[in-house]
Amino acid sequence: MGDLKGNAHVAVPQGLRFRDDDPAEEPAVTLDAFLDQSNSSAVRLEAGEDARRLLPHLDHIALIEIDFPRFRDGRGYSSAQILREAGYTGELRATGDVLVDQIDHMRRCGFDGFAPDKPIDATVLAASLNRYRYRYQTAADGAVPVWKLRHG
Amino acid sequence: MYRYDKYDQAIVDARVEEFRDQARRRLAGQLTDDQFKPLRLKNGLYLQLHAYMLRVAIPYGTLDSRQMRMLGHIARKYDRGYGHFTTRQNLQYNWIKLEEAGDILADLATVEMHAIQTSGESIRNLSSDQYAGAAADEVCDPRPWAELIRQATTFHPEFSYLPRKFKIAVTAANEDRAAIRLHDIGLKLVKNDDGELGFEVYIGGGMGRTPFVAPLIRPFLPADHLFSYIEAALRVWNRNGRRDNIHKQRIKILVHDLGQEEFTRQVEAEWQEILKNGSDVPRAEFDRIAAYFEPPAFETGLSDDIDRSDPDFALWVDHNVKAHKAPGYAIVNISLKPVGGIPGDATAEQIDLMAGLGEKYSFDELRVTHAQNIVLPHVRKADLYALWQVLDENGLATANLDLISDIIACPGLDYCSLANARSIPVAQKIATRFADLGRQRELGELKLKISGCINACGHHHAGHIGILGVDKKGTENYQLLLGGSGAEDASLGKITGPGFNEDGIVDAVERVTDKYLAVREDGERFLDTYRRVGFEPFKEAIYG
Repeated sequence: MGDLKGNAHVAVPQGLRFRDDDPAEEPAVTLDAFLDQSNSSAVRLEAGEDARRLLPHLDHIALIEIDFPRFRDGRGYSSAQILREAGYTGELRATGDVLVDQIDHMRRCGFDGFAPDKPIDATVLAASLNRYRYRYQTAADGAVPVWKLRHG
Repeated sequence: MYRYDKYDQAIVDARVEEFRDQARRRLAGQLTDDQFKPLRLKNGLYLQLHAYMLRVAIPYGTLDSRQMRMLGHIARKYDRGYGHFTTRQNLQYNWIKLEEAGDILADLATVEMHAIQTSGESIRNLSSDQYAGAAADEVCDPRPWAELIRQATTFHPEFSYLPRKFKIAVTAANEDRAAIRLHDIGLKLVKNDDGELGFEVYIGGGMGRTPFVAPLIRPFLPADHLFSYIEAALRVWNRNGRRDNIHKQRIKILVHDLGQEEFTRQVEAEWQEILKNGSDVPRAEFDRIAAYFEPPAFETGLSDDIDRSDPDFALWVDHNVKAHKAPGYAIVNISLKPVGGIPGDATAEQIDLMAGLGEKYSFDELRVTHAQNIVLPHVRKADLYALWQVLDENGLATANLDLISDIIACPGLDYCSLANARSIPVAQKIATRFADLGRQRELGELKLKISGCINACGHHHAGHIGILGVDKKGTENYQLLLGGSGAEDASLGKITGPGFNEDGIVDAVERVTDKYLAVREDGERFLDTYRRVGFEPFKEAIYG
């Protein structure tokens, strides 16, 4: 497959934080608290909360945590995707019941920080993140979809 | 037919390795059963009553002889020598070992097949018209659109953990052979007044515990925006669908709870947002896919005459052979519903035989139907008799398409861990009671569908006559429904009243058909008569 363009190799960083800036120092506050006191720069979204309520404030947020109460609760994927589509560039951190087999798709939706309840096996994760070189669709990770690769 | 390129093959190969790794970690105890369950379900692997069941995707029901032979090979090598064609045009194996699942997927990948998203809370393998590309009544072949959506919905990251399963069906014909309005999204290709291609979009249909016929959410969606519109509907549901009660999490419940107008408003608003992403697959890629579905090189100048001198053959032609759009050709239905058989089951030998016939007589193409039969879509009329003789010698020439013994049945309590009652023996008893083909023909088109539990895998809501198996104080009990339809005149059946035991339900079906024969008017199918005279005369016939 050397003749086909695709995703580059990814290493698993220490602390599961896939970005180079310094982590936010303030603790994340609840959505309601954040909207009340807009000087905060870190906010936490519960699974059912509407990510779009943050859109007017994205330029001064450094960290958004999105919680996964159960790994099968997939609402957080849409929250992440919506925030990235709106131009959010700060850290998007998945918290809670985050398991190794979910992280690849979370990365695609724009998550770049992970604080799982239970430790992640870095070897399994490295294999998982490098398994799919090609993607069928656009997403927040900027991967070039197969349909675009096919047509140069 | 679509063929994988290097990208498709790389993705399917990666999936094989991913699943092998997940199964290995499960067997090593690194994944709990709760953690492994959604992972295996996303790859079609269920844990049933006796063993694992593997559901193999047959995208929009189309396959070639090489793929069909592989299905036979897997049946022999890893299962007990047979497979079961399903109402979603897939095939499932009932006796699979977890340790061998990875090897099966690897075998499938060698013939461009997989089991991706055939179960679990995912966007399922989509279904279509089994006569696509052959039917005279279609606007165009719907399968290029189906393939486009197959790719775009495969491993869609945002929709990794939807509230429930999500089923899409697409058709392009006026006669609805894909039951589109009983799907989460039903798509019908149409042309508008300017001759442009687009879709009627129906959202929120489904069977199961709470059946709905899907409302029309958008009368005309420009074809190039098909994928972004599906994404919009999925996003509205993923964010707002219930997650507190597994029985109320399908999109149909959200559509019902919000109301058609508000649901439509939300999808349209979300679509305007999603359009900014540029996620729609461009026309150049559609054209690349569509090139694979160019019609085969039909011969011209063929005769439309069929020698009907063999009466058994003539009967089979009348029931199982349908009109083709090319002169001199016909569509052949191979019934997998012999009297006393298990609906949809085929042995490895039959699978191989059908593969060979597809290769020899039908431009190397076969289809699986949602009624659990097989179609050879492009057969020369001049070849029909030779083809029929081979089918007849091998028990595959039952001339009962759309007759009362062409029963849809789920696996039921013989296999399924969800079932409350057995479906297969009821299907066998009804088919045996009506074994006389003359009697079946007298009854005409009569779609009988049996589910062994309320999940409705046997489509009982959509049967002209439906049967629902329930558990009544520890014994199997069967409710009777009348008046359903999965076709373009979609409707949901109505329960007649108290249920019956296994023999009682067969008697009740017979009382219904007797009543129909007594009151029908010229040219009426059972369903027409039922709709004309209503429920009461039948109820009285059943319960006296």
